[in-house]
Amino acid sequence: MAQPGNKPVFAPWNDPHQKPLIQFKNVTKRFGDFVAIDDLTLDIYAKEFFALLGPSGCGKTTLMRMLAGFENVTRGEILLDGQDIARVPPNKRAVNMMFQSYALFPHLSVANNIAFGLKRSSMPKEKIPARVEEMLRLVHLEQFANRKPHQISGGQRQRVALARSLAKAPKLLLLDEPLGALDKKLRQDTQFELMDIQEKTGTTFVIVTHDQEEAMTVASRVAVMDNGRMIQVDTPDRIYETPNSVYVADFIGDVNLIKGRIESSGGDNYTIQWAEGQAPITAAGPQGLTSGTSCHFAIRPEKVAISAEKPTDRSNALQGKILDIAYLGNVSTYHVELANGQIIKAQVANNRRISRRDMTWDDNVWVSFTDTAGLVLLK
Amino acid sequence: MNFRRLFLIATPYFWLLALFLIPFLIVLKISLSDPAVSIPPYTPTLDLSAGWGSIKTFFTELDFENFIFLTEDALYWKAYLSSLQIAAISTFLALLVGYPIAYAMAQASDSWRPTLMMLVILPFWTSFLIRVYAWIGILSNEGFLNQLLQWIGLINEPLTILNTNAAVYIGIIYTYLPFMVLPIYSALEKMDESLIEAAEDLGCSRLSAFWLVTFPLSRPGMIAGCFLVFIPALGEFVIPSLLGGSGTLMIGKVLWEEFFNNRDWPVASAVAVVLLLILIIPIILFQRNEQKQREADQ
Amino acid sequence: MNRKFTLFNATSLTLGFAFLYLPMLILIIYSFNASKLVTVWAGFSTRWYGELLQNDAFLDAAWVTIKVAAMSSTLAAILGTMAAYVLVRGGRFMGRTLFSGMIYAPLVMPEVITGLSLLLLFISIGLDRGIFTIVLAHTTFSMCFVSVVVSSRLVTFDKSLEEAALDLGCSPLDAFVSVTLPIIAPAVISGWLLAFTLSLDDLVIASFTTGPSATTLPMKIFSSVRLGVSPEINALSTIMISIVTVGVITASLISKRSIARKQGEERTAATVDASAA
Repeated sequence: MAQPGNKPVFAPWNDPHQKPLIQFKNVTKRFGDFVAIDDLTLDIYAKEFFALLGPSGCGKTTLMRMLAGFENVTRGEILLDGQDIARVPPNKRAVNMMFQSYALFPHLSVANNIAFGLKRSSMPKEKIPARVEEMLRLVHLEQFANRKPHQISGGQRQRVALARSLAKAPKLLLLDEPLGALDKKLRQDTQFELMDIQEKTGTTFVIVTHDQEEAMTVASRVAVMDNGRMIQVDTPDRIYETPNSVYVADFIGDVNLIKGRIESSGGDNYTIQWAEGQAPITAAGPQGLTSGTSCHFAIRPEKVAISAEKPTDRSNALQGKILDIAYLGNVSTYHVELANGQIIKAQVANNRRISRRDMTWDDNVWVSFTDTAGLVLLK
Repeated sequence: MNFRRLFLIATPYFWLLALFLIPFLIVLKISLSDPAVSIPPYTPTLDLSAGWGSIKTFFTELDFENFIFLTEDALYWKAYLSSLQIAAISTFLALLVGYPIAYAMAQASDSWRPTLMMLVILPFWTSFLIRVYAWIGILSNEGFLNQLLQWIGLINEPLTILNTNAAVYIGIIYTYLPFMVLPIYSALEKMDESLIEAAEDLGCSRLSAFWLVTFPLSRPGMIAGCFLVFIPALGEFVIPSLLGGSGTLMIGKVLWEEFFNNRDWPVASAVAVVLLLILIIPIILFQRNEQKQREADQ
Repeated sequence: MNRKFTLFNATSLTLGFAFLYLPMLILIIYSFNASKLVTVWAGFSTRWYGELLQNDAFLDAAWVTIKVAAMSSTLAAILGTMAAYVLVRGGRFMGRTLFSGMIYAPLVMPEVITGLSLLLLFISIGLDRGIFTIVLAHTTFSMCFVSVVVSSRLVTFDKSLEEAALDLGCSPLDAFVSVTLPIIAPAVISGWLLAFTLSLDDLVIASFTTGPSATTLPMKIFSSVRLGVSPEINALSTIMISIVTVGVITASLISKRSIARKQGEERTAATVDASAA
């Protein structure tokens, strides 16, 4: 989340005095022989907008359903506000969920859907209509209170589902692919609305998504999962700029990956030998790597420059031939084939009109990058 | 939570155990007993109060005598064979009658199909007995069919249809036709219309497109329909006893008469057990066909 | 399907529906026949309806049948819905295969066997036979039909609706009563109707399981039909056919209209997103 300059940065995870709202402690979940969650430990703090990101089957939905109370924990414990919630049934948890299918009750009106949870809470009966009204206002659906779910559009249904799950003012709101059923344009608008509502209500949000752009947009922190494990938990910019593994680098955005071996080191800079007859790559990396360690060099296409002449101001320059140009409107991606067959993608902003482009297919070009543009990854 | 779940499972479970499974076990047991002139009219009866010894004699007295009797008396195996034959012939005829109806329904316009569907289902909701009864007045010697045929001049003497196997075929086809039409219709209805266009595009005539594409694709529906007619027709009682004659042998009727007229409970039970054994084969085949369909649909 | 409606199709539909409906039509027409001879038309008369209403045996039998059908279909709707819920949502439990076998077997079991086996049970436990035993018998086989109807609805039921109810504070029972039941209600009602019709219709099982005290309408019809066609039975059949026809047509019109309305509303609602985007 972008923070205005003089406001303190929202980063409770860096503050050792903060107590996390949710703690997963060595949680394992098995379905028969299948390990859905594998010895996972994770802290989520109050008021966070936390995104669980990963391919389908990575365990993110299971993690969320354990928080809601629909799945038991096989081993380990989950604490909510310091309390173990293993024995608390879903209807007694201060946690609400917004379902992927929205799960709006088709036989109840919009208002009654929102009131459904309130009627089963300790809220006095006479206060319920006011709360329903407040929720309808929050999601801009005041005129639709008496409609049935099938009488409103998909986008409106999504907002009713959100209002219903927020009505009981839960400590924690779980959102299972909340925007998955919307088309692209509506999804983008709704992302900002979600962030807005999260900020207004001050509720902790945990969102499950397979859409990396969505996770990057809305979340204060993103957890990348694979095979029931947390691969990396960090802020969106750090996930993108400093992925801790090939998996994360490859999963988030586009990346060039070059397999190689560390040859020598000089301070923070390493020389990586990666192919016969190609100049070694100079790159910064974590300290203390010994020579001979095999590694991957990862670099984002937009950090690779492309030029007809060999540049002199960059520490790495490789010669190749343009194989393909993917024109995407605002940017173009050049696929450059090096002499050993390795393909390097370079992304260039289209600041100029296309007719004045000076490079084309089969041109011999140089791709280049500085020694701090890429990353050395060990796993 | 667990008590509720137990209650939910146990209530229908025990109902079915008590009123479906146990009665059937009683049938099985009586089929292994001997007839007797007493109340109830069979022996041995199980007397649990007499302890282990009586349970042992009870089991040693059970035998397959009644089943052997079924094979020795020609009436029974002829009745089984003739039931199979009548059920098979009427199933085949129902397929011939039902397929064109289902095909035409599937080709009707979207606005017509719900109405046609309702027209096929409607007779199913009206009394089975009444529908069979309606044919008595039509098929009898002085009935409407004979009146019509004589009026046209096709025949001079009335045909004897009522109280023959032909009347039974007509009765079965008539009452079970919806069971044949609906599965075929649903198979044809979900067929992609571009398949026929593709076949014609690739050089098929309309007729060969039907024969090479539509017909094979409707086969699961036909198979389901055939089983849905064949299985109940095999144990049918009402139709042969109202429309059939004294020469019409069907096992449901034999069982009824054995029980109510001859009061031979052990033999009636044995007849029931064998009928069930015969039915198991088509039922398993039907289940397999349905299973295959479900898998293909996924 | 390739929708080309040909002469062949028109012919097969006409002949097919003539085959299905002419016998019943003839039955209805001749119930207004003045003559005692059923196949000879002797002018219009409602005489047989009058005689039918005077016939206490038929009226008693009709009353017994309706009582049996009402009780057994209600019991069957409750038990069948429970069974469907166990089948679809019950998870694993001891004897699950046996349970589902017992649900499906009565659907294909010949009536003579069901009737015989229940009679033998009632005799062996010394139960007095009458309305009560017919109700037990009818409930048993029709609950299986109800459970098939209801479970086919439950299979397509979005499970997250129940989870949402739990999530919003419902106990499992509350979730069933306030969310699941209202949504599957149409299936339960059609299951009830099916059970009611099956019970009204049944001759064989009722004949086996009844005692001297109770005679149902089908049993009464059967015993008089065995002696031949009678105009009174025609009148009775006409009444029964009319009730069913009116009922089914009304039900299908209602459901057709509500589906059409719902689709219309969904189409209108869907345009909102398009105009907002």
